[in-house]
Amino acid sequence: MFGYYFGLALRSLRRNVVLTALMVITIGVGIGASMTTLSIFRAMSGDPIPQKSRQLFVPQIDNFGPTVTGAFGGALPADRMPRYLTYTDAVALMRAHAAERQAAMYRTSAAVASPNSAALPVLESGRATYTAFFTMFDVPFEYGAPWSAADDAARAPLVVLSRKLNDRLFGGANSVGRIVTLNDEEYRVAGVIQDWGPVPRFYDLGAGGGSTFAYFGAEQIFVPFTTAIARHLSQAGDLRCPKVPQGGEDALLHSECIMFQMWVELPNLASVRAYRTFLTNYAAEQRRLGRFNWAPRIALRDVRQWLAYQHVVSNDVSVLMLVSFAFLLVCLLNGGGLMLAKFMSRSPQVSVRRALGADSRAIFTQCLVETGMIGLVAGVVGIALSIVGLLIAQGMFIRSAGNSRTLAALTHLNGGDVVIAVVLSVAATLLAGLYPTWRATRVQPAWQLKVQ
Amino acid sequence: MIALRPILSSLSRNKVGAALIALQMAVTLAILCNAVYIIQQRMARAARPSGIDEADDFAIANQWIGTAAADAGALIQADVAALRAIPAVADAYITNSFPFDGGGATTQITLHPDQPRSRRTTTVYLGDQHAMDTLGFRLSAGRNFNASDIRDFRSPLKLPPINGMLVTRALAEQLAPAGKVLGRVATLVSLPVSAPIVGVIDTLQAPNVNAPGGNAVAYNSVVLPYRVGTPGAAYVVRAKPGGLAQAMKAAPAALARVSRQRVITDEFSLAEERRAAYSGDRTLALMLTLVCLILLAVTAFGIVGLTSYWVSQRRRQIGIRRALGATRGAIMQHFQTENLLITAGGIVVGVVLAVAGNLWIVKSFAMGRLPYEYLLVGVVALLVLGQLAALWPALRAASVPPAVATRNV
Repeated sequence: MFGYYFGLALRSLRRNVVLTALMVITIGVGIGASMTTLSIFRAMSGDPIPQKSRQLFVPQIDNFGPTVTGAFGGALPADRMPRYLTYTDAVALMRAHAAERQAAMYRTSAAVASPNSAALPVLESGRATYTAFFTMFDVPFEYGAPWSAADDAARAPLVVLSRKLNDRLFGGANSVGRIVTLNDEEYRVAGVIQDWGPVPRFYDLGAGGGSTFAYFGAEQIFVPFTTAIARHLSQAGDLRCPKVPQGGEDALLHSECIMFQMWVELPNLASVRAYRTFLTNYAAEQRRLGRFNWAPRIALRDVRQWLAYQHVVSNDVSVLMLVSFAFLLVCLLNGGGLMLAKFMSRSPQVSVRRALGADSRAIFTQCLVETGMIGLVAGVVGIALSIVGLLIAQGMFIRSAGNSRTLAALTHLNGGDVVIAVVLSVAATLLAGLYPTWRATRVQPAWQLKVQ
Repeated sequence: MIALRPILSSLSRNKVGAALIALQMAVTLAILCNAVYIIQQRMARAARPSGIDEADDFAIANQWIGTAAADAGALIQADVAALRAIPAVADAYITNSFPFDGGGATTQITLHPDQPRSRRTTTVYLGDQHAMDTLGFRLSAGRNFNASDIRDFRSPLKLPPINGMLVTRALAEQLAPAGKVLGRVATLVSLPVSAPIVGVIDTLQAPNVNAPGGNAVAYNSVVLPYRVGTPGAAYVVRAKPGGLAQAMKAAPAALARVSRQRVITDEFSLAEERRAAYSGDRTLALMLTLVCLILLAVTAFGIVGLTSYWVSQRRRQIGIRRALGATRGAIMQHFQTENLLITAGGIVVGVVLAVAGNLWIVKSFAMGRLPYEYLLVGVVALLVLGQLAALWPALRAASVPPAVATRNV
C-alpha cells in the first residue's frame, strides 16, 4: 500500500514541478539557515570535555575586597569576583593538595629556536602548568608522557610540544629526550601531544581579547609551572592588579595581582563539598592573618557553569540563531500555504478516489506520504545548504581566528546534526501539512463530482 | 471606488491560506525591522572614527630574545632611528599599545583621589613626543610632550615619576563635566602615576573596540610620556603619503640590520587592523543582510505561489466577471487589493511581534530599543513587496478571456 501511495505522491509532485520545487527550496533554505547557526552555536557553547565537565572545577577567591573600584588590566566584572588567582593563593592551593588533582597555570610565550640555526626564532604560545594538567584534561600523547610531580617539585627544565611544533622542529619524529631552545635556554622534550585543543578553550578564556573565536586552540609548548616561574617565562595572559606593585617580578608575585588559572578535579559530591569548605577556611585564615579584612567570598564552578558565567557564547551568535529560527518559522508558514494550495487544487482527484471507495484514512495517509517526501527532500537540501553556509561562515571567521581548529570546529556537521536536520525537516513539514491534509480528507465526494 | 465586498467574500473562502500569508508577513516584518536595526547599529559602530591616520600607519610587533632582552631599551632606540631613516617613512615611535590592537592597559583615573565615585575607566597608551605625529591625532587644547617630558619605561613594576600627561576630550568631559582639565593633576588608581594634564587630545580610540563598557569608555584614553623599553613592544610607523607599501616592505629588513636577536611577530597596516577589529560586527551585519534578503525572497515566492493558486481556482469566476463587463484593470485591482488587505492584517500583527521581539532582545542582549522609523520602513517594504509579488498572478488573472465563462471546464 505504501508503494502505491509513494507512486501517487511522486506523480502528484511531478505534475506541478514549480510548486514542488518552491516548497522544497523554501523549507530547505529555512532548515539550512537554522542548522548553520545551530552548529556555530554548538561549536561555541558545546561541552569541550564532556566526559569530565562535571568533575573539573575552578576555585575563585575574592582577594580584592569591597573597596577596590577597578583594576589595572581591565574593568572589574559585575559580581566583583576575581576570575584568576594570585601567586600566593595558587601556590597555597597547590601545596594544600585538597583535591584529587589540581593544576595552577598561566599563559606564556617563548621564542623557539629553529633547528636550522640560520632562521630567526619563532615566538610560540605556551602554557606553564603542573603535571596534573595532562591527566585532568585527558590530553592524548603521541610520544613520551607528561613530566612527573617530582619534576614539578624540582623545577625540571622539561617541555611538552604540540604535534604541530614537533613536526616543524623534528619533522614529526619521536623527539623525546631531545633538546629545544626556548628564549635561549635549553629544555628537554618530555613528550609530544596529539592534536588536542578543547573548543572553546575552557581552561583559559581570558586571553581571548573579546572575540569569541579567540577561545579556540591550545598552546604549542607546555612547561612546568615551577620552572617557568624560576626562569621568568613571561606572563602573556590576563593580568589584573588593584594596585601595580613597584619593585620587580618578585614584588609582582607577592602582590594582590591576579594572573593564574587554577583547575581542580573533584570526582564526587562529597569531595566538592569538602573542597568548598576548604576554600572558605582558607579565605577565613587569610582574614585572620590580616591579609583580607572582609568575610570570606569564594566560588567553585564546574566547566559548564564556568562557560556560562564567562559568557562564552557571544550575543551575536545568539541573535543570529534567534533570527534563523524565526526565519525557519517563516519558511514553514510559507511551505504550509503552498501545500494547502496544492492539496486544495487536487480536490477533484481526491473526490474521485473517495467515490471509488477510498476511506478518509487512506486519503490522509496518502497526503502524509506526500508531505513527508517533501520534508525529506527539503531536509537533504537543507543539509547541503548548511554545509555551504558553514563554509561561508568559516571563510569569514577563519581570518579573525587564524587557527585551523576553528576550521575543524565550524565545518563540523556531525551525524547528530544531519539526523536533527532531517527529522526537523520532516516533522516540521508534516506539521505544516497537517491542516492541508485534513482539509483534503474533508472533501465531499458527491459535491465535487457534481461540479465536475 | 474599489468594491470590497467580493474581495472579502473570496477571502472568507480561503481563510487559512490568507491567514498563513498574513502570519508569514507578520513574522517577516518582525525579523526585518529588528535585523535592519541591528545591521545599521553594527555598521555605524564599524565606521566609528579612531582619531588617527589609519591610511598611512602600520605597526610592527617585536620581541627581543636572549641577551638582547636585557638591552631592549638601547636596541629599541636604534630600531626607531633605523625606521625613521627609511625614505618612505615620515615618523615612528615605540609603544605598548595602539588603536585596534585589541589589547592595551586599562585602569581607572581621577582628579579627586579621595573620592572613589569620581574614578573613570581609561586605557593607557605609552609614547614619546613622536606619538602625536606618528598616529596623527590632534590636540584640542594644551601642548604635545617635549623631549624633556619623556622618561624611560622598563616595566610597570618600575615606573619613574612623570610631569605631564595627555587625555582625550571624551575622558576630560567625564573627569570634569563642568570645568577645564588643563593643568589639573590627574591620578591613576592602580598605578603610581600622578601628573598634571598638559594637553587634551581631540579623539583617540581605545585599543580594544569590544571592551566591556561600550561607547561610554571607547574614547577614554591617556597618553603617558614613557619611551617603552620592554622586551615585547610594538613600533607604530607612519609612512609618507602613498609610501605605505614601500615602507612596510623596507621596515623588517631595516630592523634585521640592527639586530637579529628578535622575533618580529607581526606586521600590519592599521587599516587592516581596523577591518580585523570590527570583523565580528561586519560578519553579523553580512549574515543578517543575507538572511533578510532570502527572507524577502521566500515571502515573495510564497505570495506568488498562493495567489497563483487562487487565480487558477477562480478562473471561471474571473471569466464570468469579464463577460459581465469587468475590465482587465478591475480584475487586477481585485487581486492587488486582496493582497493589500492580507498584508495590512499581517502588518498589524507584525508590528506587535516586532516590538515584542525587540523588547526581548533589549532585555536579554542589552541592545538598543527599536526606533519607530525602522518599523515604518519595514511596513512600507512589506506593502511594496506584497504588491509586487501579487503583480504577476494578477496579470495572469487579467488575461483570463471572458470566453472562459461560456466553457464548462
